[in-house]
Amino acid sequence: MNEALPTRERLRWQCRRGMLELDLVLSAYLESRYSNLDDAGKQRFVDLLSVDDPTLNAWMFGNQSPVDAEMVAVIADVLSAAVEN
Amino acid sequence: MPLARRRFDTLIIGAGGAGLNAALQLADSGLGVAVVSKVFPTRSHTVAAQGGVNAALANVLPDNWHWHMFDTVKGSDYLGDQDAIEFMCREAIPTVYELEHAGVPFSRLPDGRIYQRKFGGQSQNFGGEQAARTCAAADRTGHAILHALYQQNLRAKTHFFDEWFAINLLRDAEGVVLGALVIEIASGEPLIIEAKTTLLATGGCGQVFRTNSNAHINTGDGMAMALRIGVPLMDMEFFQFHPTGIAGKGMLISEGVRGEGGYLINKDGERFMDRYAPHARDLASRDVVSRSIMTEIKEGRGCGPRGDYMLLKVDHLGEEVVAKRLPGIRESSKIFAGVDPAHEPIPVFPTAHYSMGGIPTDRFGRVVVPERHGEETVPGLYAAGECACASVHGANRLGGNSLLDILVFGRLAGKDIREYVRENPYHRDLDDAVVQAAIAPLERWEQGGDGPGVAEVRAELQRTMEDHAGVFRTDEIMREGVDKLDALRDRLAAARLRDHSKAFNTARIQALELDNLYDVGRALAVSALHRQESRGAHSRPDYPERDDKQWMKHSLYFKAGDAMDYKPVRTKPLTVETFPPKPRVY
Repeated sequence: MNEALPTRERLRWQCRRGMLELDLVLSAYLESRYSNLDDAGKQRFVDLLSVDDPTLNAWMFGNQSPVDAEMVAVIADVLSAAVEN
Repeated sequence: MPLARRRFDTLIIGAGGAGLNAALQLADSGLGVAVVSKVFPTRSHTVAAQGGVNAALANVLPDNWHWHMFDTVKGSDYLGDQDAIEFMCREAIPTVYELEHAGVPFSRLPDGRIYQRKFGGQSQNFGGEQAARTCAAADRTGHAILHALYQQNLRAKTHFFDEWFAINLLRDAEGVVLGALVIEIASGEPLIIEAKTTLLATGGCGQVFRTNSNAHINTGDGMAMALRIGVPLMDMEFFQFHPTGIAGKGMLISEGVRGEGGYLINKDGERFMDRYAPHARDLASRDVVSRSIMTEIKEGRGCGPRGDYMLLKVDHLGEEVVAKRLPGIRESSKIFAGVDPAHEPIPVFPTAHYSMGGIPTDRFGRVVVPERHGEETVPGLYAAGECACASVHGANRLGGNSLLDILVFGRLAGKDIREYVRENPYHRDLDDAVVQAAIAPLERWEQGGDGPGVAEVRAELQRTMEDHAGVFRTDEIMREGVDKLDALRDRLAAARLRDHSKAFNTARIQALELDNLYDVGRALAVSALHRQESRGAHSRPDYPERDDKQWMKHSLYFKAGDAMDYKPVRTKPLTVETFPPKPRVY
């Protein structure tokens, strides 16, 4: 385990956002898929949590997409986990 | 061991638009300002306010603050205080310019002036042609304002306690508020923050309902803290519902979908709005559509295995139109409802959106309580934003006026606090008994043993509020709700935390939030039961008319004994003539 990564408890609070939609998709991902990721995957999710709410909202529910291909993949994974929930 | 203490001139609880605007006024004056926020400030719910802020700048169409005032009084169904409304509409103009100077990137006209868009409920000439009054920073107005204010506060050396949770206010035997007891979420350690003034700016309480559009953080913390020190909550029965939230999840499906030609159907495939609003049909006002949906469900025409939602149909518009004009709605529906609206209808249910009521304040943000011959301020205590009730929204809020409310009253509270601190420059002694009383909720959740879980009780509370204090309110339904809340009070007292660890124990924070949700939910349910009329967002089939003779007054709910009191609506504006009550038709 990578000790540089925030604890799961800390991340649970980081998933508390200013918008209900983001609360739901981010916390669902943390509970359902996060623990199965490798350290690099976990770090990408941590990076995603540092993005501001309107940008996350536009990436997930709008017509915008991040430039970084890895971030595109994380978002697709987060959304597919939300659909499963 | 005695608790750690910090001292500041002023404490602000909540870091949304109201809290940060007040903080900036104060920090720029050289005062020591502490801002306590349970989440990182730019993740406050203000970020969800995408629409904009109203101010009669007259940049696009003719406008003035007096027309804005008329629209707000009418929108409030004549329950708003006309002095506070006049004040807000006049102050809107310098407030927007101040934000512009703070760096908010408002959308602009080609000549460089701030662009203004049209919103429902806005008129020229006191009910005439449509006005254009809403200033916006594209679709990110709330975030742009928060971001600018946060940066300015960092410059001004405001001290931020990010990811700290306020548990209780500290109020001494003379009734003066001396700060608050807070807890650091990361360490679980409590801290006393002593302050000469305390501003509650904790936002709304939408999470009290099962289906709501609010972020998870909106748990009525400030409202409940006020109740616990004996301050009443005002006009809590007025809660705005949006008719089309995604069933069971709550996020909004905007009116724009019905504007594009989407319509509602019941389980028989019938366009039921034809029966309730033959002319406006699916575009009738929010309260009418919400009540129609609830009536269909109650009469057995709901959809799904439990018959507990309606369907919003857009597939007849064709995949190309849905993809082009409603991309966000399509994505949300796929994710949260599991349907593609280009091919299947969306399950919808009325979603709780905005609290018009809250902590009673005057127009300077000072918290006021009744006394024998009128009202008096609570020394050292202020409130602003959705947690407060100034009262500018009355029984119903207009679009574009919520950001305005938080900014104007946050700013003015800041100015008044500055004066208060000048006149009261010394910290008062803080008695141990005051601290002991404040820490009780924290100690209560340390109890071991078995009992219902927090999530379980919270779900029961939210369901009870939705079923018994939601859109559909009759005497019988609401009395049953209060009985259920009585039983839930015992369940809450018996509830236990499973995990008593300290570091980042988010379960403990959720337990403390549940205490707050219960107190605020009860205030709402009891206030609604007592108001025997229909006005604005409060609609009762058993009292279908507005009753200005008996009920043009503000409700005040006290936690002690569920007591109700009332105070008159302030119908006299500051400088202009009163707008007398008229039927609210559009």
